[in-house]
Amino acid sequence: MSNNLKKGGEEADFTKPLHVPIKRRSFFMYAGATAGATALLLSGCDDDEDENNIPGMVNVGSGSVGVLNYAYALEQLEAAFYTSLRTGTYYTGLAGNSAEKQILDDLYYHEVIHREFFKAALGRDAASSKIKDNLEPDFSKINFNDRTSVLGAAKSFEDLGVAAYNGAGRFIGTDNSGLNYLVAAGKIVSVEARHAAIIRDLISEGSFIDSDVVRTGENGLEISKSPSEVVAVANTFLKDGSKLNVSGLV
Amino acid sequence: MNFFHILSEIEKTDPEVFERFDSRRQVFKHLSGFGKKMTAAALPLAMGAIFNKAYGQSSSAPSVNDVLNFALKLEYLEAYFYNIGLSGDGTIGNNTTTAAQTALRAQFSTTNLSSLLKIRTDENNHVNFLRTALGNNAIAAPAVSQFDFTGGKGTNAGPFAGLFSNAALFLAVAQSLEDTGVRAYKGGAPYLASNKDILTAALNIHSVEARHASRLRTMRRGGPLNNAASGTAGAGTGASPKSWISGTDGGGASPAQTAPIYGAGSAPTYTPAGITFPAEDNVTQGATGANPGVNLQTALASLNFPAAAFSEAFDEPLDVPTVSTIARTFTITGSTLF
Repeated sequence: MSNNLKKGGEEADFTKPLHVPIKRRSFFMYAGATAGATALLLSGCDDDEDENNIPGMVNVGSGSVGVLNYAYALEQLEAAFYTSLRTGTYYTGLAGNSAEKQILDDLYYHEVIHREFFKAALGRDAASSKIKDNLEPDFSKINFNDRTSVLGAAKSFEDLGVAAYNGAGRFIGTDNSGLNYLVAAGKIVSVEARHAAIIRDLISEGSFIDSDVVRTGENGLEISKSPSEVVAVANTFLKDGSKLNVSGLV
Repeated sequence: MNFFHILSEIEKTDPEVFERFDSRRQVFKHLSGFGKKMTAAALPLAMGAIFNKAYGQSSSAPSVNDVLNFALKLEYLEAYFYNIGLSGDGTIGNNTTTAAQTALRAQFSTTNLSSLLKIRTDENNHVNFLRTALGNNAIAAPAVSQFDFTGGKGTNAGPFAGLFSNAALFLAVAQSLEDTGVRAYKGGAPYLASNKDILTAALNIHSVEARHASRLRTMRRGGPLNNAASGTAGAGTGASPKSWISGTDGGGASPAQTAPIYGAGSAPTYTPAGITFPAEDNVTQGATGANPGVNLQTALASLNFPAAAFSEAFDEPLDVPTVSTIARTFTITGSTLF
């Protein structure tokens, strides 16, 4: 038996638990106890009393609901952006039958629908934990009368959205409702990626997978961002009192 | 919890229990990715997954390796397609350009050709990435002769005949492959959720496939020679697609062959409750197993948005058996790849 264990490599690691049950058994005991203790801790902990909570910030919470709140916040931001965009002279000056107007109209429709979807889903499944519906954006840095400013901001929001969804998938629970939320988020993120690609192409034709968003020279994977990386950007577009705290998503 | 005692008890009454866990008798092998750093929170889930695999419904949910190998097959399909059309002999890493490839390349504007070559590079990289992730579990690279991208099942005279000499047809098949890839990764995600790093990697490929699909749709709208393809508005049909899927896109690039790419799948018995595989024109979202979905077009009627917007805002997943059927359109008769 000990010879078997010495052969090394993955095989030995996988079979080892079968040969050394005592330590693993005690590990299971600890595992059970820790899981129980964690559950107690979480159930006794209200969001508002969370010592990680920063006053004036909106805490999205943790687990599946945390991810839904996080996505809801980002969709609120995107929807608000495309709503504001429609008041600027860049958008109002577009010809009615132009590709650019059609694209910006569709993006406005899609993002508002995403926002309303999360609002309804959270209201149904986790009403007491839902973040507020009226996060206040700060678009003071965007000139809605200028094409470059508007499309640059749209690019930031769409790329950020894709990186955020991809980076948050790991925080969704693996229970049945979690798997359903994972698919729901997946249904949205690919649409965001389609948005990001066309917005990039409106700015510079053929820049849909440039190396700032996809590891083109390496493995062809999108560069995802952790929630803390995302809010570092997103919070610059949110007013005080609406800035996001994602300390529960780590 | 005395897990190993439980196992030995089960083994007394069911001597084949380890065979049920894994037909290759490598009991914990399919847990490979997270075996070493399994957390306390993941343990009960992992045990549940093992017993589901052992005693679940007749056809069990695909393992992490199963899903990754399925993704690898699809990436081969895509990579070989771009390779045959644009560079090399089809295989990964071969970059000799033939006269036929030069002729096809010449039919695209500079920017469009550049975009296609970038997509080709991504797909080849995806193959290499998945092969590395799977290690010894990766399937062997299929022979290029396993594929017939004309849809002719090996005759090379199918409905897409001429695709490697006709730029518009090439773009149409490319869009079909990319849109299929997006649906396939989405459908596979739940079976990767137990391994967070692999799930994240798969999501990071999934969104890139969507970016590819968006760009190809833009190029189809403008035409192969149009260097400002995004200057053209989409009609939302197979011939002039938007950059996202509108309804079922009129059946796609060539409805007789491509309609299933935008149609409904069917849920295998192992599908988690609540997850369905509707057609791309679906407007009902938010089911969780415990709750049915909500018809957003009805619920949000007060917005007065165009009907198409409610289906465009969501892409839909597709199940492995349906994706396999679609993929077989592009393999030869007798191929067992898909």
